[in-house]
Amino acid sequence: MRNVWIITKRELGAYFGTPLAYVFVVIFVALTGAFAFFIGNFFERGQADLQPFFSYHPWLYLLLVPAIAMRLWAEERKAGTIELLMTLPISTGEAIVGKFLAAWIFIGIALVLTFPMWITVNVLGNPDNGVILASYIGSFLMAGAFLAIGSCVSALTKNQVIAFIVAATICFLMVMSGLELVLGFFRSWAPSFIVDAIASMSFLNHFELISRGVITLPSLFFYFSIIVFFLFANAIIVEQRKAA
Amino acid sequence: MAVLVEADRLRKSFGPILAVEDISLKVEKGEVLGFLGPNGAGKSTTMKMLTGFLEPDTGRARICGISVADRPKEAKAKLGYLPEGAPAYGDMTPRSFLNFIAEIRGFDGASKFAHVDAALARTGLESVATQRIETLSKGYKRRVGIAQAILHDPPVLIMDEPTDGLDPNQKHHVRGLITEMAKDKAIIVSTHILEEVEAVCTRAVVIDHGRIVADGTAEDLQRRMHYHNAVAVRVAAAEAERLAAALAVLAGVASVERAEAINGHIRLRALPKPGASIAADVGALLRDQSIVVEELLVERGKLDDVFREITTSSEGSRHA
Repeated sequence: MRNVWIITKRELGAYFGTPLAYVFVVIFVALTGAFAFFIGNFFERGQADLQPFFSYHPWLYLLLVPAIAMRLWAEERKAGTIELLMTLPISTGEAIVGKFLAAWIFIGIALVLTFPMWITVNVLGNPDNGVILASYIGSFLMAGAFLAIGSCVSALTKNQVIAFIVAATICFLMVMSGLELVLGFFRSWAPSFIVDAIASMSFLNHFELISRGVITLPSLFFYFSIIVFFLFANAIIVEQRKAA
Repeated sequence: MAVLVEADRLRKSFGPILAVEDISLKVEKGEVLGFLGPNGAGKSTTMKMLTGFLEPDTGRARICGISVADRPKEAKAKLGYLPEGAPAYGDMTPRSFLNFIAEIRGFDGASKFAHVDAALARTGLESVATQRIETLSKGYKRRVGIAQAILHDPPVLIMDEPTDGLDPNQKHHVRGLITEMAKDKAIIVSTHILEEVEAVCTRAVVIDHGRIVADGTAEDLQRRMHYHNAVAVRVAAAEAERLAAALAVLAGVASVERAEAINGHIRLRALPKPGASIAADVGALLRDQSIVVEELLVERGKLDDVFREITTSSEGSRHA
């Protein structure tokens, strides 16, 4: 645990040591706000909730989280620092979890900085703050799942652009898998239990449940198992590179 | 003496390319092993296997008797490693970078700062300790890499081209550092600068095509050289024939070569029979015959030539 935290600390420092952190946070906060007000019709709806704010998070994450995740391993490989990192007395798992946590905490910070939205809605009316808290948790978990996918993909290449595009595509499919666009493709030939299974993988469905204030065990389990699965795959890829 | 580094029949291929065919070696405490070889000979790959960055296909590496494959954390804790090109996190300063390394190495609080300060001082980095690493010159970057490798005072130090790209003063400094640390560590230094082997190494291993082709002290290697202890004499062209004939009949001389002719002078080279020392005899001969000598020297056999001879001949035998 000690080693994980040391790596997390270093990585977090690296985010804030470069313009990356500030650019990301500013754009994230600005876009979430812009979507909520202009596309989500925050005022026109006349309801004291943050539904229009949260419903655009999956789409924003689709763009922004792979951008954070792409550098996690690809950059280390490109700069050669991976050789340094992996010959320090730490395990592969510690390195992976440490880097993942740093990126996740970083996105968490960006998410917390959207608090003016919460203040706004509380000034304007009496929202259900429990629902808002649940939505924040759901959004944070979803970001973690995107991030784990991105981290795993990043370990496959030293090219950050490839890492970004592949991760964004996988995340896109995961988001869309509850929609007819993807399901229709399977419905024509696959048995219904497979179609249901694919539908249940949808980030969107789980997120919608949570952002209605319903934090169910299956949804939590869903996000955590995605995170664990992809980080595990990440470890296998990093180990595999050693033997290759 | 304690064997601190042990490579046991290491082999590694990348797809169809066989990078390291079969390398076994032992390095004892107090030894500085120079790891020589042309580019692509397998030096870096071998070092990566010793440090646990790459897994060998077969064979095993041990650091202080600990198997790198089975107990990687313990083995790596005993090891300081400078990878090729001295990679470091460019957005950190040397001090924050070394703090990170020190924490990973298990130092806390006061002892962490003491170790970081000591490493900065030993590598002469104090003046740039708060500058971002990516803004530093190549020499300083290399020193940052060395500082992180020696920070925890490891019993085993493996450095891949530690002086590559440094200016002569910096090279001198780094070599001094290596010599200073040598007595209670096992050090492996890869290089293709041969003077470095003479300057710092107690032993040299030449590898080529993933195999060890020579193993010995710098002097052992020189002795393998054709021209070792040959005597070169430069005389006026007119005298050359007479001298060549006289040299050829000297007891210890195996053969006489005629080298380049410059400005009416000719350089003759008398090659000794194995083990013979002919300098004194040649001197006496020149006095007896009263030949005017422009230049007289005993050739040591340059390590460069030895290197070329060893590594090109092994290539020849392979393709034969």
